[in-house]
Amino acid sequence: MTLYGYRVPMMASLLVWCGIWELVGQSGLMFLVPPLSAVLVAGYAMVQTGTWQAAAMITLHSFAVGMALAVVVGISLGVLMGRFKAVDELFSIWVNIFVSAPLSALVPVLMILFGMGETTVIVTVFLFAVWIIVLDTRAGIQHVPKSLIEMGRSYGASTFALYGKIVLLAALPEILAGIRLGLVRGVKGVVIGQLLVAIIGYGELFELYSRSFDMENFWALTIILFAAAMLMSAAIEYIEKKVDYYAGVR
Amino acid sequence: MTSSTASIHALPRAESAAVEVRSICKNYKEVEALRSIDLDFPRGKLTTLLGPSGCGKTTLLKIIAGLVEPTSGEVRVNGKPVTGPGPERAFVFQDFALMPWATVMRNVAFGLELKGMGKAERQSIARHYIAEVGLTGFEDKYPHELSGGMRQRVGLARAFAVNAEVLLLDEPFSAVDEQNRRKFQEDLLRLVEKERKTFIFVTHSIEEAVYVSDRIVLLSRRPSRVSQIIEPKVDRTASPDAIRRDQGYLDTVEEIWQGLKHYVD
Repeated sequence: MTLYGYRVPMMASLLVWCGIWELVGQSGLMFLVPPLSAVLVAGYAMVQTGTWQAAAMITLHSFAVGMALAVVVGISLGVLMGRFKAVDELFSIWVNIFVSAPLSALVPVLMILFGMGETTVIVTVFLFAVWIIVLDTRAGIQHVPKSLIEMGRSYGASTFALYGKIVLLAALPEILAGIRLGLVRGVKGVVIGQLLVAIIGYGELFELYSRSFDMENFWALTIILFAAAMLMSAAIEYIEKKVDYYAGVR
Repeated sequence: MTSSTASIHALPRAESAAVEVRSICKNYKEVEALRSIDLDFPRGKLTTLLGPSGCGKTTLLKIIAGLVEPTSGEVRVNGKPVTGPGPERAFVFQDFALMPWATVMRNVAFGLELKGMGKAERQSIARHYIAEVGLTGFEDKYPHELSGGMRQRVGLARAFAVNAEVLLLDEPFSAVDEQNRRKFQEDLLRLVEKERKTFIFVTHSIEEAVYVSDRIVLLSRRPSRVSQIIEPKVDRTASPDAIRRDQGYLDTVEEIWQGLKHYVD
């Protein structure tokens, strides 16, 4: 969250909470909360170990593949649902169920289908991220001004050009919002997938540290994960703001 | 129904109307929007469709554009039946329909871009029409950086750039403030004179219609029919201010108002 540092009020409140954490840790009230300084030291040592680097790579890989699939499928399905009523009616019930369903409960079932390895984690990331992308893309497509589509048609746009040069760009702010929300859900997906499959990557490390009550490393792991999720989300948000600026007159 | 196309001009193709509308009907479910409209739009002239709001003027224009299918009837452009949008017609939209993510240059050149014209060529054409509508220096601006009047100038330049014979303008000035609108009308008259195209113009403003039109088609309230065709006798060589004080101009405005008054309640 320090990555939000450019927002002064947020930074200030963060410092307050870091201070409280350090005090609680130093007082030794709860062994679950070691001092923040100790966590940071542990984290610094941890990121240099081969175990952590291997775990981070495999986690990043599962996440990237799952997210890429979710973005491609999510946008395609969202566009189809936004443009064609029949597709919308066919899929909207499933999308709405899955977007709010407790997907973690499905992971054991996925394990049966896809085995105990990386595939299950990728599928979990995909399932966590894809639905919100579908819903936001669909909303974006439905809000494309009718006159922009008529403009494209009256100036002779082919179907391909109509989508590539007008519809997708006009829906871009909503699509990006969907991807941003999907990313955050995807991070949840990758950790839950790995925790429940419990043998690879970050999930394995979480298991290891929490079982051995190695709280410094556990919190260091958590902080790195949060920071990564926030960083990605902030990056998309930055693009979103730029796009909103150009799309501001719709 | 009058048919006054014969008196237009003596050019070889002038005897045929640029756009012919033949017994067009349009129903939206239960609602009958247009009932058996027959109209000729003479070549090289500006014809205005005028009528009470909600009378289907815009629907008729979009049928001519090929954007809306008529329930029955036929539109012919240069004798050829319309089945959809075509390169001989260009549309100017009420809400401008500019791409907010594209610069003035790209928006104006967009019709040419869709035709697959090379960048250098389409930009030089676009630059010409950007100058024609008085937006030189704004080529790299985005729509949100322009006023309403300037945005519609971009829409107009885009329509001119594709070099269509028929320009369809759907209440182009309704989202433009009053001062800009007057200036814009004067510029439009100059462009009509210069570009020699067939204009079909939809408006709900009587003054605007009389000021810019060679011919005014009055449509009745739904189901819409052609109730009257008026050719304003206004001397357009006079200055804009003189036209607005011209007796013929004022009489025509009054005549149309008398004809439309009973629709307003």
